[in-house]
Amino acid sequence: MIEYDVLVIGGGLAGMSAALHAGEVGASVAMVSKVYPTRSHSAAAQGGINAALGIEDSWEVHAYETVKGSDFLGDQDAIEILCRDGIQDVFALEHWGVIFDRNEEGNIHMRGFGGTDKSRTCHVGDMTGQTILHVMYERLLRMNVKSYDEWFVTTLLMEEGACCGAVAMDITSGKLEVFKAKAVIICTGGCGRVYEPSTNGLIVTGDGLSLAYRVGALLMDMEMVQYHPTTLPANGFLITEGARGEGAYLLNSEGERFMQEERYGATTLEEKASRDVVSRAETIEIQEGRGIDGCVLLDCRHIKDRILEAFHQISELAIDYAGVDITQDPLPIRPGMHYMMGGIKTDIDGRCYRHNGDGSEPLPGLYSAGEAACVSAHGANRLGGNSLLDCVTFGRKAGVHAAEYASSINSPNISEAVIEVEEQKIVDLFARSTNERAPALRLEMGEIMHTFTGVFREEAGLLEAERRIHAVRERYPEVSVHDKGRVFNTDLLAVLELDFMFDCAETIIASALARKESRGAHTRTDYPERDDENWLKHVAVYHTPDGPAVTYLPVTITKWQPEARQY
Amino acid sequence: MIEANLKVYRYDPQTAQEPHYDTYEVKELPDFATVLDALIKVREDIDGTLAMRCSCRSAVCGSCAFRVNGHAKLGCKTKVSTLAPDGEEICVEPMGNMKVIKDLVTEMDIFWDKLKQVKPWIETVGEPPEREYQVPAAKMVELQQPMNCIMCGACVSDCTVLEEDSKFLAPAALAKAYRVVGDPRHGKTKEWLTDLSEEGGIWDCTRCLECVEVCPKDVAPMDQIIKLREQAIEEGLTDNIGAKHVLHFTESVAHTGVLDERMLPIKAAGWGWAVKNAGIAIKATLKGKIKPLLPGSHPSVTEVQDVRRIHEELEEGKRK
Repeated sequence: MIEYDVLVIGGGLAGMSAALHAGEVGASVAMVSKVYPTRSHSAAAQGGINAALGIEDSWEVHAYETVKGSDFLGDQDAIEILCRDGIQDVFALEHWGVIFDRNEEGNIHMRGFGGTDKSRTCHVGDMTGQTILHVMYERLLRMNVKSYDEWFVTTLLMEEGACCGAVAMDITSGKLEVFKAKAVIICTGGCGRVYEPSTNGLIVTGDGLSLAYRVGALLMDMEMVQYHPTTLPANGFLITEGARGEGAYLLNSEGERFMQEERYGATTLEEKASRDVVSRAETIEIQEGRGIDGCVLLDCRHIKDRILEAFHQISELAIDYAGVDITQDPLPIRPGMHYMMGGIKTDIDGRCYRHNGDGSEPLPGLYSAGEAACVSAHGANRLGGNSLLDCVTFGRKAGVHAAEYASSINSPNISEAVIEVEEQKIVDLFARSTNERAPALRLEMGEIMHTFTGVFREEAGLLEAERRIHAVRERYPEVSVHDKGRVFNTDLLAVLELDFMFDCAETIIASALARKESRGAHTRTDYPERDDENWLKHVAVYHTPDGPAVTYLPVTITKWQPEARQY
Repeated sequence: MIEANLKVYRYDPQTAQEPHYDTYEVKELPDFATVLDALIKVREDIDGTLAMRCSCRSAVCGSCAFRVNGHAKLGCKTKVSTLAPDGEEICVEPMGNMKVIKDLVTEMDIFWDKLKQVKPWIETVGEPPEREYQVPAAKMVELQQPMNCIMCGACVSDCTVLEEDSKFLAPAALAKAYRVVGDPRHGKTKEWLTDLSEEGGIWDCTRCLECVEVCPKDVAPMDQIIKLREQAIEEGLTDNIGAKHVLHFTESVAHTGVLDERMLPIKAAGWGWAVKNAGIAIKATLKGKIKPLLPGSHPSVTEVQDVRRIHEELEEGKRK
């Protein structure tokens, strides 16, 4: 049995931040990741990390714009922390060695991004996530934090109502081990692969959401799925919002800058409006016949110099996967699934919660941060540049609190026997000689989710999605594993991940069915208006034997009352 | 729609002593399909037992480096249509210089261990400022090149020095070292460069260019190694064969206009080495392969004044 004070599951930006800070507070800490940490999907974040460093900017403006971006569903206590304390976190990253782009004075250069007319997105070319992730990893090496690379967590362990560890498989050998911990922090990222297509990497399968859900944790805001306005039709790859931030246009088939139209509510910020607003407008243009093969166009020709200077990655992607030189021609793009605003409900210290009577109570020992979590700093729609910040800031807070909690309790009591249950599950999977295959089922699930729970939703479609996902899940017991060996069995992992993804799909649908209004990324054609009177509250779901059950939690409002949202 | 004909290295330590190759005809791939797309299709539709690493599919996570037709490449950055326009067979094997765990999955420990050895973090000196460090914009942009490394291991796989010398730190770790040493915020440049000048470090690269060739992110590791060498000499870290070799090379050319190759190994490795190997030198001299080391046996070229002037100008340029 392996024992630590704090066990961090997931080795992306949130996980690293949590592990670093838990370690700094003095806890014994280990990070478990199903890939080498630098492979984590944080690396794919291109555009940047927000911090109100400019003299014409302030954390309050950043916070207000984040609240507005969230369509007033974000919890304002969390947003204040994100925008105020996050500034020091960005400076800390800089001190650790992140090579942020500079202005002429040698200070951090900030670019424009969506949902604001300020320039507050600190960046490293268009490889910001990769750089921060690597610098953070190097910091972990410096601090000698133990990292279990290529280990896959199969279940969390509970003792007397508290989380006290996990069972994980060493992917290289296929052997299971018990990890005993006083506190567990889930930082496994989102669940992009539940959708097809998605900008997310193949590893983003919602493992942590499901692990927490199965031990009783509440999942919150799961209906809030972000479609990014600029993804490549060929394979769903992301083209950074930074391009529009620096002035790129969106054009329809008539060559019109449609974001200037009154009806999209963004006559001031135009292409730089929030992602939900732009993705909706693009979808309407395409639906009304002003698209080109299901796309609209991203026009970067007039900002050619900036593209050549600071957007190497997207230039390459456009040439490789669309055959377009973006300095010469407009690039066909469309909205694509990108980010999960919802996740494991936490408070500002990263503590997870469970359903209790009419409300909720902390689930001792369990923490979460980053995209896996929902502290609700993003509410119904996340601003670009806020997710890296979320990972670093709330990763830190979760790490510190978990370490302090761990120092206050005794070592939990768990028996090695829990391994046998998990081992038996795998043996049973190997014994199946049925014909269903995990990738085929995942693809079906992804297409159902994209069709019925995408940019626009309505009751009949959501019920259809519920029925179809249920039908696909019913075939799960027929899924077989071709590779019967234990060494680096990626076939087995695909089957285990698929099971996790079904939980995510079901909770997304249940939450989307529950919210009978349109807010942020959740647009119900049958309830087209925002309804603050009835729906200024979070939808949360918890696991029951009959599937997800819905409950509601209040929205924390500190300074900013809901108002009409115009960009 | 295109097709890919793959020949894939297969090895399962649980069932076989030796590796073998399987061939797959992968049909109905999109025109822009990459080698990784084809391999994923194999795994999903044809043969679920194939083990490999992959995630982002867009060359940022660094998971899917394989040897494709004999050279390390990122699977997701290598298009089938470019490699095999007429449906030629594409051979996919695991990376070199690493132990194979299963099929295309290699043990990466060697990669991470070497990375740790170069201490890939910056150490600032004194209290950090309240806000960010002020540093030149151009310097940060220059560091983007080594920072662009996605740690895929392609350069380590195909490093010809590592093949012969397991102590060599290899291109990726050394490129990362420049990312640290070249950072104006790093306060312990000399300490880092001293370690890097040890055996297995910056002077052991033979400049074969293989790492520059295979790097999928244009990190040009060898160029970063050269920058480390220049900086090491500037810091006065010249008490090693590599630096002495460079210095004598320059000195010899600057003085006579042409390299005295006879003196190069002696100056680099020292007189002790020369005495030990005197036998070979005498034999070579007697057979007329090298001119005897006598006064006046290495005359200056006629235009030596011009060479000296150019050298002076270059030195002057460096000082500026």
